[in-house]
Amino acid sequence: MSLLDVAGIDVHYGDFQAIYNLDLHVDEGETLAVIGANGAGKSTLLKTIAGLMYPTSGSVSFEGADITTMAPYKRVPKGIALTPEGRKIFRSLTVEENLKVGAHTKRKGPWNLQTVYEAFPLVEDRKDRLGVNLSGGEQQAAAIGRALMSNPQLLLLDEVSLGLAPVVVEQIYAAMPSITAQGTTVLVVEQDVNQAMNVADRVQCLLEGRTVLEGPPSTLTRDEIASAYFGI
Amino acid sequence: MQWLNAVIQGVLLGGLYALLAAGLSLMFGVMRIVNLAHGVLAMLAAYLGYVVVNNMGLPWFVAVIVVVPLMALVGFILQWGLFNRALSKGGLAPLLVAFGLAVVLAQLLQEFFTADTRSIKIGSIGTDSIQISDDIYIGVFPLVTFIVGVLVIAGVQIFLNRAPLGRAMRAASDDPDTVKLMGIDNRQVYALSTALALATVGLAGIFIGTKTQFSPTYGDLVLIFAFEAVIIGGLGSLWGTLVGGIILGVSQAIGSQINPSYGLLIGNLVFLAILAFRPQGLLPKAVTT
Repeated sequence: MSLLDVAGIDVHYGDFQAIYNLDLHVDEGETLAVIGANGAGKSTLLKTIAGLMYPTSGSVSFEGADITTMAPYKRVPKGIALTPEGRKIFRSLTVEENLKVGAHTKRKGPWNLQTVYEAFPLVEDRKDRLGVNLSGGEQQAAAIGRALMSNPQLLLLDEVSLGLAPVVVEQIYAAMPSITAQGTTVLVVEQDVNQAMNVADRVQCLLEGRTVLEGPPSTLTRDEIASAYFGI
Repeated sequence: MQWLNAVIQGVLLGGLYALLAAGLSLMFGVMRIVNLAHGVLAMLAAYLGYVVVNNMGLPWFVAVIVVVPLMALVGFILQWGLFNRALSKGGLAPLLVAFGLAVVLAQLLQEFFTADTRSIKIGSIGTDSIQISDDIYIGVFPLVTFIVGVLVIAGVQIFLNRAPLGRAMRAASDDPDTVKLMGIDNRQVYALSTALALATVGLAGIFIGTKTQFSPTYGDLVLIFAFEAVIIGGLGSLWGTLVGGIILGVSQAIGSQINPSYGLLIGNLVFLAILAFRPQGLLPKAVTT
């Protein structure tokens, strides 16, 4: 069954409309990758699912319950966690403190300090370092760990690879199987199409706030994706 | 020997200033709110203590038990009802709200309690002292005040470092939007921060109301001392606030030793010198966000 159902949402920044009548669903245990160029509305979509923005029309439901207007901090105990664009690690807190803040809601599940450290050895190495002193890749790994600490049913990952060296991106994506093996449903937003195709069960491509292509990676050709991605 | 005595008395006075400034430092540290009503709120606590002890005839420590939770409640309500709304309107709004609150509250105190000066009764412990040497005496009450000041600063700092709620307060200070993604309502964290801040203000108000003669306008002076302690120590650092309070207290005591009317002057000059030559304060927060 569908874990997350986004039905016909419009999302605006003031007068600017970022998303047009968009539908999206994620099944339990599935990994969905949303791809698209800059300004396609990918991050806006994740913010709307996490509750940092509200749609001007349409609805968002999670586990069959309507959460369209629910405050973001009430969605976390329900099992939605977002690793935001720019990672947003708490700068004056150590890495371990960042993880502990992530566990604030005390939601039960497989993830705790120990299991996060096993999935991300890099994070354990840096656990006593202040957030402000981390490199981009360390921040990204810590941010994913922090989101996992809330034991989400649905993990939203925004632009994991943005601004990171390819080798670091590889390391972070190496942890993905251990996350999905726990039954966690993942919605990942990526500009890096190859990474997205590798991890995803299904890909949905956005262009200027609308879905232009959707399907399992195996059924989509490179040309189809390229034309959907760039709108040509 | 009289100089040593001045330094000792100054350090003890510094404990009171640190106690006074802790709440101001905390509110700025967590929410970036410059609470101009801080001094008047301390006076509110002093008057509440006065009612409990002088009017109702209850023992001094009962004032602490009653007033501290009451001030915490006042803090929660103020943050929830006033400051949280003001924060969403930008940086200047909370400052103006605090200023307005200070004016209104001072007028209300004047209305209820008149402009007469008062002091909370404490009995013989207020004047007891311990003789250290021939010409050095340490007052029991100033000593207790100093110890309470240090304990409050240390307690709040340990709370911020170790407790889950303290960690949430620091996280909210770094990034109020991202804490929402951790399942934390930043407005609730703010309300609890101000409750904690005003609990310390409640304690400070009772101590200052016992030590000295106060009136509704005495809050202005309290606000200045608290500000000076916070700025000398460095914004957002509680240990810095303790150091700042002690430096201010010692400066005033040495000034008074030179000439009884120089106390405030020397304290203010030291504050100005720090502001001019080390504007970030002596122990600034390691990470500025």
